Amino acid sequence: MARSRRLAVLGAGHVGPVIARLAVNAGYPVSVAASGDPADIALVAELIIPGARPQWAADAVADADIVVLAIPLHRFADVDPGLLSGKLVVDAMNYWPASDGVLDAFEDGTSSEIVARRLPGSAVVKALNHIGYHELEDRARPPGAADRRAAGVAGDDPAAVAAIAGMVDGMGYDPVCLGSLRAGRVLQPGGPVFGAVLSRAEFELAVREEARSLP
Amino acid sequence: MTYTFGLDTFGDRNGDDAGVPLSHAQTIRNVVKEGVFAEQVGVDFFGIGEHHTDFFPMPAGDVVLAAIAARTEKIRLGSAVTVLSSDDPVRVFQRYSTLHAISGGRAEVILGRGSSIESFPLFGYDLADYEELFEEKSALFAELLKGGPVTWAGKTRAPLLNQDVVPHAESGPFPAWIGVGGNPESVVRAARLGFSLMLAIIGGRPARFAAYSQLFRRALDKFGHPALPVGVHSPGHVAATDAQAKAEFWPRWRNMITLVAAERGFAIPTKESFDWDTGPDGSLYVGSPETVARKIAANLRLLEATRFDLKYGMPGLTHDQIMTNIELYGRQVVPRVRELLG
Repeated sequence: MARSRRLAVLGAGHVGPVIARLAVNAGYPVSVAASGDPADIALVAELIIPGARPQWAADAVADADIVVLAIPLHRFADVDPGLLSGKLVVDAMNYWPASDGVLDAFEDGTSSEIVARRLPGSAVVKALNHIGYHELEDRARPPGAADRRAAGVAGDDPAAVAAIAGMVDGMGYDPVCLGSLRAGRVLQPGGPVFGAVLSRAEFELAVREEARSLP
Repeated sequence: MTYTFGLDTFGDRNGDDAGVPLSHAQTIRNVVKEGVFAEQVGVDFFGIGEHHTDFFPMPAGDVVLAAIAARTEKIRLGSAVTVLSSDDPVRVFQRYSTLHAISGGRAEVILGRGSSIESFPLFGYDLADYEELFEEKSALFAELLKGGPVTWAGKTRAPLLNQDVVPHAESGPFPAWIGVGGNPESVVRAARLGFSLMLAIIGGRPARFAAYSQLFRRALDKFGHPALPVGVHSPGHVAATDAQAKAEFWPRWRNMITLVAAERGFAIPTKESFDWDTGPDGSLYVGSPETVARKIAANLRLLEATRFDLKYGMPGLTHDQIMTNIELYGRQVVPRVRELLG
């Protein structure tokens, strides 16, 4: 059932192609879109993401059930919220001033809460943002593998979180669900699991310790 | 097939035998010695990467390369990389054209968008603009390399109208590469602008870059450019034995990555991850000459690449350890790779 959901990955830079490949391997129909003409990324799709279809962003999103945002956060302002209305949106972006500069709009609150406020018609889930793109594919393992690692899935809508947890599991990670976008703070740059590649037990421990340290 | 082998440094600040950091000035003088020594042991290329930090005090690599040029005759000299996004393409072209003149035609340049980004705030650039900055400036650099008067207009610097940019090259443009760390759109851009492709592989499996090499060739073809080389830049350290190389490199590597992990999103290395990275599937070239040579040869084949640059050193390694690395790389690793590749 889950595998029949269609995925649109927005972004063909460092992160988007890695997520798209994992989704193709997990059995999802996948489209990819960059900011412009799909002809510009046709070669990238053919050679780097075999099995994914390059499309205009509007077309990819219109056909999709799940939309993965894998664009630099400062480009998020260019995304039309109306286009994403009714979609399950995976926010794989990060607010990372040390790497991408300061964005005033993201200085107050968790970045995914701010993203969600701009997308009132969408169910927003934060996932696939905290494992580096170098490692996301190399560390993926089938269910039950002894060295399988954990990946966080945070959101306010339990059904949306469950759907993305299933997708993350299919991509090769043990999903660890967090019950709100606010709780997804631990997945952000500076948080205890950002950049770390942890087992489920280590991941859950890190999240509990972080929660305890907060006032 | 003609293969070329280089050594790259970021001006990694040396330590003394007790682990105390040497001064920036002494580290820079040591880099001059290392470049001269690289020629003596038969290395083809010596590259200096632009950095602006206390542990990589190397903001003006072209000045250091000029000192090496004056004391050498054959070795090619270049940047690895120049952070073009936060520099002026006209000035970069002029500095490396001058190096080309001093060295009798031995300059190269590797342009990067900037994965080390400390130059952006230093020179007043906004990191949010890095994509546009690199797109415009690399396109202007491609025009400058053609050698004639340049007419250009964009958003990131003053326009040029039929501008003669000096010094002129004596015999054609110097080789110019774009360094790419894993963004396929950057591979396509390098092909579109007619630059050679340097794959910076510093983590994960090198094998995943084989598709980037194919993408580059197909894109060159699509844009009507002739075939251009693909190179690999990766970190490593060579010593007499695998155990010695790993023992010397591991604490320096762990300290360095731990220091930048928060800013760059790297995982903190563990002994286990280091063993994987230095093993046959990882991207660190740490070991005896035979171990490193086998790994280089295997990956050049796999990635259809004809150039390998070993990023040697790491902050805290001693100058002696580095000179031994250079000697083993030039006298043993490179000849052995050539032999393995037939």
